[in-house]
Amino acid sequence: MSVIALNDGYQGEVKDREENFHGNRLLFIGWEDHLMFCAPHCIPVSPTMTFATLANEVIPGIYSSHPDWDKVAIGEIEWFRSNERFAPEFGRTLGENGLQHKAVIRFRTPGLTGINGSCS
Amino acid sequence: MSTNNAAPKKLSIKDNYAMLTRGLGWDTTYQPMDKVFPYDKFEGIKVHDWDKWEDPFRLTMDAYWKYQGEKERKLYAIIDAFQQNNGQFNVTDPRYINALKLFLTGVSPLEYAAHRGFALAGRNFRGAGARIACQMQAIDELRHAQTQVHTISHYNKFFNGFHDFKYMHDRVWYLSVPKSYFEDAMSAGPFEFVTAISFSFEYVLTNLLFMPFMSGAAFNGDMATVTFGFSAQSDESRHMTLGLEVVKFLLEQDPDNVPIIQKWVDKWFWRGYRLLTLVAMMMDYMLPKRIMSWQEAWETYFEKNGGALFHDLERYGIRMPRYHDVAMKEKDRISHEAWGIFYNYTHAAALHTWIPSDDEMKWLGEKYPNTFDKLYRPRLEYWREQQQAGNRFYNNTLPMLCQLCQIPMAFTEPDDPTKICYRESDYLGNKYHFCSDGCKDIFDNEPEKYVQAWLPVHQIYQGNCFEKDADPTAADFNPLAEVMRYYHINVGEDGHEFEDSPDRKNWLRWTGKPSHGGEKTPETGHAEKAT
Repeated sequence: MSVIALNDGYQGEVKDREENFHGNRLLFIGWEDHLMFCAPHCIPVSPTMTFATLANEVIPGIYSSHPDWDKVAIGEIEWFRSNERFAPEFGRTLGENGLQHKAVIRFRTPGLTGINGSCS
Repeated sequence: MSTNNAAPKKLSIKDNYAMLTRGLGWDTTYQPMDKVFPYDKFEGIKVHDWDKWEDPFRLTMDAYWKYQGEKERKLYAIIDAFQQNNGQFNVTDPRYINALKLFLTGVSPLEYAAHRGFALAGRNFRGAGARIACQMQAIDELRHAQTQVHTISHYNKFFNGFHDFKYMHDRVWYLSVPKSYFEDAMSAGPFEFVTAISFSFEYVLTNLLFMPFMSGAAFNGDMATVTFGFSAQSDESRHMTLGLEVVKFLLEQDPDNVPIIQKWVDKWFWRGYRLLTLVAMMMDYMLPKRIMSWQEAWETYFEKNGGALFHDLERYGIRMPRYHDVAMKEKDRISHEAWGIFYNYTHAAALHTWIPSDDEMKWLGEKYPNTFDKLYRPRLEYWREQQQAGNRFYNNTLPMLCQLCQIPMAFTEPDDPTKICYRESDYLGNKYHFCSDGCKDIFDNEPEKYVQAWLPVHQIYQGNCFEKDADPTAADFNPLAEVMRYYHINVGEDGHEFEDSPDRKNWLRWTGKPSHGGEKTPETGHAEKAT
């Protein structure tokens, strides 16, 4: 389907093009079963950041205030790119791991189901 | 014209209305009608006979001014009395004021936008009856905006967060939700605009805004809001009638209109429903004295009344809006999910949040037996513990937003309230994310329009939400503080935890009444007590 507009060929400006983010791109991150964080997060990242940096530094910076975080073993995390399971290569960059601008990473920490098992 | 000197016979209301809406209209001859009314064809709606337009109220301009003048006199007399009697201190407790902050700062600019939208629609219809109805509604909406601004002005003298509503409307993250909703409608064609606002919002959903909110205000002692609510209500009934009339008229004019209207009904039901998430949260969490739960309101005003309406429309070939079944599945969660958003990010808002008292949690548990105790109580109790230990939880990383409704992506899968609902589309090499199938469908139908959404989080990261004198290269640059400065939100006053708020301290000092008056709750925290 396409837009119903007064003039043919109407096309709005793409507001969130990658080049508008000053060398960064957006990455969305959500921790499954931990909805105390009300929604997934949005962060700007450098495409050259390694997955290891993301997993070992950036993600703990966002989520370590959760009481489950101390029990998380980074090596056991199940990663999803959008809805599909994927096995990231930690030494490679986000771009090389297929995480383009506005990609979604969801991660699951098996056995951890939030505050009193409430998925919070 | 008669030369008879006898007084002219007074016209009946019916004749008077007919003269106004038919006798005063004409077809232009110096310019073709299509050039004079260039915007009423591109949407594909076919109108064969504008004279079939019937306004059940048959309101003429002289009668309109008379009625509205009377309403205004009564309204301002009551608002004056409210002000002179310090009515703002008769509300249940200062938590209630935060519901008002959200309502008045979120909705008042929409009233003004509706004024503009109806003026525009009125200009664009070639039928005089529709033009007159739109003109009256445009004036009504301006009146509503005005009365609400007077209420804002009064509450602003005593409470934080009201001081810059118009400026904030164009910038602050959660106000982008109502703003983008209305701008979507205003930037559509005139027929989609009236279907969106007059029918889908005013007719189908407005009871969910007005009934709970105005009864809630009355229940919580807020006579200023009740008064403008009642004053607006009589206009609302006219608007609702217009909404139904518009849709029936269009459906009767041509069978080709039916699928177009159905698509708009689907779209604007979903957009309006998502917007009402804010109302759900007010009802369940922000009114100290509760009237009914969101779930009960949804069952009464949508499932029952809306169901009957769509049953009536079946004979025109219109069915229930798509995804109404999803709304039904979500009715025992969205208020809790929304309160989670505001609790997480209240330090970046112009209103306060808090943990419900034990009594209030008991009420929530009774109203939401399938979800509250299992899914939401544990997080609220954990947050309360943390707060009491001096470690109030704030989420310091910005949230992912839905491209369409612009609400943080807090909504969960229709069949699993423990999983965030992620939907996405690829368009011209970019990804777009949505909170629901409803929002995704709207995008997929008109991606050219929604790629230009001004998403507050993305705008912050593009560097567009700082004041001109901010220097992002400075060593001590604090992006969150700078965004608050750009929002005109005063850190430490307007947002964050209610317990620590100046609003609460002032209330205790000025009124000597408890700050949790809705329920028996001991005063906690370190606010000074009244002496």
